[in-house]
Amino acid sequence: MNSEPAPIEPTSNLAPSATRIFIAVLTRDLRLILRHGSEAATAIAFFLLATLLFPFGLGPEPDLLARIAAGILWVVALLASLIALDRLFAEDFQDGSLEQLALAPLPLPLVVLAKLGAHWLATGLPLVILAPPLALILHMDPAGLPALVGSLLLGTPCLSLVGAVGAALVLGARRGALLLPLLILPLYIPVLIFGAAAIDASLAGLSAAPHLQLLGAILLISMGVGPFAAAAAAKQSLV
Amino acid sequence: MHSSLSSRADPATEAAPSQAFLVEGLACRRGDRLLFEGLGFALDPGQLLLLTGPNGSGKSSLLRLLAGLGAPAAGRILWRGHPVDEDASAHRQRLRFLTHLDGVKPALTVLENLGFWSALMGVPAARAGSALAAFDLERIADLPARFLSAGQRRRLALSRLMLMPAALWLLDEPSTSLDSEGSERLLAAIAAHRSQGGIAVVATHDRLALLPSQELRLTAGGRAQ
Repeated sequence: MNSEPAPIEPTSNLAPSATRIFIAVLTRDLRLILRHGSEAATAIAFFLLATLLFPFGLGPEPDLLARIAAGILWVVALLASLIALDRLFAEDFQDGSLEQLALAPLPLPLVVLAKLGAHWLATGLPLVILAPPLALILHMDPAGLPALVGSLLLGTPCLSLVGAVGAALVLGARRGALLLPLLILPLYIPVLIFGAAAIDASLAGLSAAPHLQLLGAILLISMGVGPFAAAAAAKQSLV
Repeated sequence: MHSSLSSRADPATEAAPSQAFLVEGLACRRGDRLLFEGLGFALDPGQLLLLTGPNGSGKSSLLRLLAGLGAPAAGRILWRGHPVDEDASAHRQRLRFLTHLDGVKPALTVLENLGFWSALMGVPAARAGSALAAFDLERIADLPARFLSAGQRRRLALSRLMLMPAALWLLDEPSTSLDSEGSERLLAAIAAHRSQGGIAVVATHDRLALLPSQELRLTAGGRAQ
């Protein structure tokens, strides 16, 4: 009955290297963000403008501003990171790329991690770079700058990782973009607490290290859990 | 058992373990609604199964199950005697799935889209060129995909199939928006795939000239004929 040739089975030497696929996904996403990246630009502009609104709202009180600068920067960074978040999977979901990514040889959690890497480089890293000049505008003591940069470097990836779970959960939901902040802002609270506390500690002449270590612990946990949870949620949207 | 096949009496009794692609007693539920149950077929290398049926009868859902994008409510999907969910990554590697969405990124050019897919499959980027030729896309290779017509986007999505031989093609309405020349190229691609021993499952309304080995007709209301 069957005289036809055997079907082509994938052979091990054709199995593509995971690293290469990871980099391909990351560069594709970076290219997409940069090419029509109004969301990334909006997030950065929001971070700048919203922070600069505080001196106008609170009046010219350098002491007050200096005291709350750490909190302002962290809260605004948190809100800014929400702006581009709902687009993380939504476009790929709508145009069918997510299905193809889910069928790629690379496990979906690693695809998610690659997409998050691109997302953080485009929206998280600029916040880390912009934060020190903004802190000085808010009259923060320069002694707090290393802690500010350190806490944002450790904290903003946590925001992306936690946010990815929410972004994947609301895929396919009507008004997902509105639901998303309600879903994940509560989960941002630990990052906010330790991020702002690290800066306050170093401003008070104490060591920021314990807070930064706790932030690092949160980062490790969210790196271990976030991509898997987001991939599982994204897969649900594809059924 | 609600299912029977037009070309075979009962696939379950006939199925030998050597059968390349075997589906038994498959059921799919969407919410409270049972789309189909007791669905089965067996395909040998080089064979094509044509899926027909009215809108909403579960053709796309069946293809998604076959691709491993969801778990069936009941039933088994076997590849050479082994359940496909036993080694999901091997199943992903052996199949190409063309859904009704094209998966084309509007901001990337035609060639960049193909280049990304070839990187995703671990295929040398040079293959993208020959894949372009298969669906006559060379002229528009450097055009951003947002300028493509629906038919051109479809051709680009189809050219993904040509990047690397795969054992199993799952095609959901592959001829949508294609002109007659594009349909010819699609038929030629499917014929070439089958002559290499590839299996294809094609859901379509217009029957094309597919020369199916088997046909499975899904009807609204959970029955297959």
